[in-house]
Amino acid sequence: MNALVNMAETEVPQNPLIPPIPEFVIGLIAFAIVFFFLWKKLLPSINKVLEERREAIEGGIEKAEAAQQEAADVLQQYKDQLAEARHEAARLRAEAQEQGAALIAEMRAEGQRQREEIIAAGHAQVEADRKQAAATLRQDVGKLATDLAGKLVGESLEDHARQSRVIDRFLDGLEEAAEADASGAAR
Amino acid sequence: MQKEPAVSADQMLAFETDCHLFSGCGFEAPGLHSFVFEPMFSIGGFDFNKPILLALVGTLAIVWFFWAAFAKPKVVPGKLQMIGEAGYDFIRRGVVYETMGKKEGEKYVPFVVALFFFVWVMNLWAVIPLAQFPVTSIFSIPLGLALVVYITWVGLTFKRHGFVGAFKNFTGYDKSLGAVLPMVVVIEFFSTLIVRPFTHSVRLFANMFAGHMLVALFTIATWYMLNGIGIAYSAVSFIMTIVMIAFELFIQVIQAYVFVLLTCSYLQGALAEEH
Repeated sequence: MNALVNMAETEVPQNPLIPPIPEFVIGLIAFAIVFFFLWKKLLPSINKVLEERREAIEGGIEKAEAAQQEAADVLQQYKDQLAEARHEAARLRAEAQEQGAALIAEMRAEGQRQREEIIAAGHAQVEADRKQAAATLRQDVGKLATDLAGKLVGESLEDHARQSRVIDRFLDGLEEAAEADASGAAR
Repeated sequence: MQKEPAVSADQMLAFETDCHLFSGCGFEAPGLHSFVFEPMFSIGGFDFNKPILLALVGTLAIVWFFWAAFAKPKVVPGKLQMIGEAGYDFIRRGVVYETMGKKEGEKYVPFVVALFFFVWVMNLWAVIPLAQFPVTSIFSIPLGLALVVYITWVGLTFKRHGFVGAFKNFTGYDKSLGAVLPMVVVIEFFSTLIVRPFTHSVRLFANMFAGHMLVALFTIATWYMLNGIGIAYSAVSFIMTIVMIAFELFIQVIQAYVFVLLTCSYLQGALAEEH
């Protein structure tokens, strides 16, 4: 009963679908306020920051990617250089080896040649010396022997042929004695 | 108007506090009178009643929240900003971009965001202690919002398609329909231009109205039965009150979401090219 009494007393506009005007106006104003603040001030403000954040994140990613790319490039470069250096070193080593071998061979040949030259020269010299010595000796000895024989026999040996024969015989005797001497010394 | 103590008690608690089961006093169910409020005070001839006051306080609350969250935003957000951003992003991406696309929708983001949070907070008043009244259960509020939306999308349709194009858009004019074309045109015209704002607003209004009625019914019943053996019934009713409040929390978000989703769908329809 109470409810009915209340309803009667409060003069309710019974159809709730008939909108009361003050609420209508206030509702629109209230919404307009909310819309205005969000539209003009708050959403642009947050959008700016969201954009900044997006850029910061994307910028960071880009930066990281760039750094990675650079690191990879540097690594590749380094590897290339290293490979090149290795290659170069191997090449140099091979070259050096080759050169060394060639040098040694050349030196050896040169040494050989020089040795032979020296030996040949020695031989020639010895031969020449010997020949010269022999000639000189023969001459001196011949003269000495002639003088000596002249003196000893008191006669001049005019006969040249005989003279020569005597000298030769004498010399042969001398040579034999020298050889016997030399072999005795060698022994 | 003549006022009795019972009526002013109605203002505060919507029912009489000394009326219980078995005390020879009838159950006073909530009804249409639960949605009518006497002016609490008036300024310059304008009467402020509870729904108007709640609408204004709610507006302040929304503006305050977003001001605190977004006025001095940081690239690395604080807690409040993070919550605000989550809500903003949900509406922007989940509703506006989903229906209208990023390019067309961008322009309407502030409108739809404002609409969602306004409707939601006005719904939310239903479960805020001491207020406990959904402002959107006063038909004026959803109706006003629905009309704003209506004007927006109808205006947009005319702007986009011209006068004839707009009518083709409203009526779904399509020559290939042949003989049924006149019928389709009449039905579509009626449903789009006349029924649409009504369904749009009533959907929200009726949900909140019914929700409030249910919560009020169980709340009042809990109190009313709190006498003697009635305490057992009262306990059941109390549990139902809690359940209904939880349910209402859910419905409030859903209805706000549906309201803005329909708004976007209407705007999208206005933008759509004729086939």
